[in-house]
Amino acid sequence: MAALRLTAEALAARRGDRTVFEDVSFSIGPGDVLAVTGPNGAGKSTLLRIVAGLLAPARGSIVLDPAPDAGRGVAVHYLGHLEALKPAFTIAENLAFWRRLYGGAGDLDEALEDVGLGGLAHLPVGRLSAGQKRRVAIARLLVIDRPIWLLDEPTTALDAAAEATLGRLIERHRTCGGLVLAAIHRPLPVDPTATIVLGKAAA
Amino acid sequence: MIAALAAVAGQTARLQLRTGGGALVGLIFFLTVVTIIPFGVGPDLNLLSRIGPAILWIGALLATLLGLDRLFQDDRSDGSLDLLHLSGHPLELIVLAKAAGHWLATGLPLVVAAPFLGLLLAIEPVALGAVTLTLLAGTPALTLVGTVGAALTTALGRGGLLIAVLVLPFAIPVLIFGVSAASSVIVGPAPFLPPFLILVALSLVSAVVAAVAGAAALRSGLD
Repeated sequence: MAALRLTAEALAARRGDRTVFEDVSFSIGPGDVLAVTGPNGAGKSTLLRIVAGLLAPARGSIVLDPAPDAGRGVAVHYLGHLEALKPAFTIAENLAFWRRLYGGAGDLDEALEDVGLGGLAHLPVGRLSAGQKRRVAIARLLVIDRPIWLLDEPTTALDAAAEATLGRLIERHRTCGGLVLAAIHRPLPVDPTATIVLGKAAA
Repeated sequence: MIAALAAVAGQTARLQLRTGGGALVGLIFFLTVVTIIPFGVGPDLNLLSRIGPAILWIGALLATLLGLDRLFQDDRSDGSLDLLHLSGHPLELIVLAKAAGHWLATGLPLVVAAPFLGLLLAIEPVALGAVTLTLLAGTPALTLVGTVGAALTTALGRGGLLIAVLVLPFAIPVLIFGVSAASSVIVGPAPFLPPFLILVALSLVSAVVAAVAGAAALRSGLD
């Protein structure tokens, strides 16, 4: 993985005529885990969506160095509140689809084994519990090899064991030189390099 | 890139076939429309065979609209739309791939069924071929115009009827040239080729328009 550096300068976000947050700056490099905390509505998800490129910031800029030719989108993997899995398809079909679209090279069975769903690849996603769906979405992080993980409350619906697993996977990702930006309420199962607290001005 | 877009088209088609029986419901709807019209018009075979192409075209047009509302709405509600945005491929091509997948699952079965339904309307063999050919060239345009409607109504909860209201006016040119090409074989003396080529052109133009307008609509719907 190339030595990527993600830098945000003086970001501000607006929702309608309300300023959600302003003057958020950070810079993370290989192996860094940045935690974003704050009360509900403080703009944690908004910040992640801005970094992903799904929303435009009201002010400020985000720079990725070295910048990929095809834009920031090809460097990030966004795991939002929703798992983006089709209930009618099996776990394997869902993951294989995203792998083909994103052009990843990860092994499906290995990734499912990592998140504790080994041998369940043939099950339709519609039959899974919320926590299991979350695990499949985490397995997608492994199948698709992208350097920047944007995790929006990744531990939602996960049990203690899965949370520990996620911690191990994040550790593995950072030792490979990956970057992680996570919006969290509860402490992450790993020690973040830095923490941004949003929403103090708005409160 | 090609493999990625083929994956999108394939997933859309299989989703359409597997959930809610997209192709089957569309076909049954098509069959229903085509069979009830003779009951209303009466058993005048000459009249039926003359208006047969128009009946098949209107049936195909209405059947094409079925299932379009879910084309992007499902992706939005399960979060897939965000990941489609971030795939690194142009959103325009993804919209086209989704339209292609939708057409394969819903439009193509209508084209295949048209010759058999045409028999119910006493359409002559040569005209049957002509109608089927015009449907093959024209239904992509219907799906593509519908794709723009689907993209526009993605952010709305229930867009089904709104799509029909939005899309039907823009489907009129396709209907006119499709029916006139098919009818020219039966009634004459107008030649088949000019309206047919315009129909093909409409499909090509709507592919470009659907890609650009659909992607723009999806982008503006991000929040």
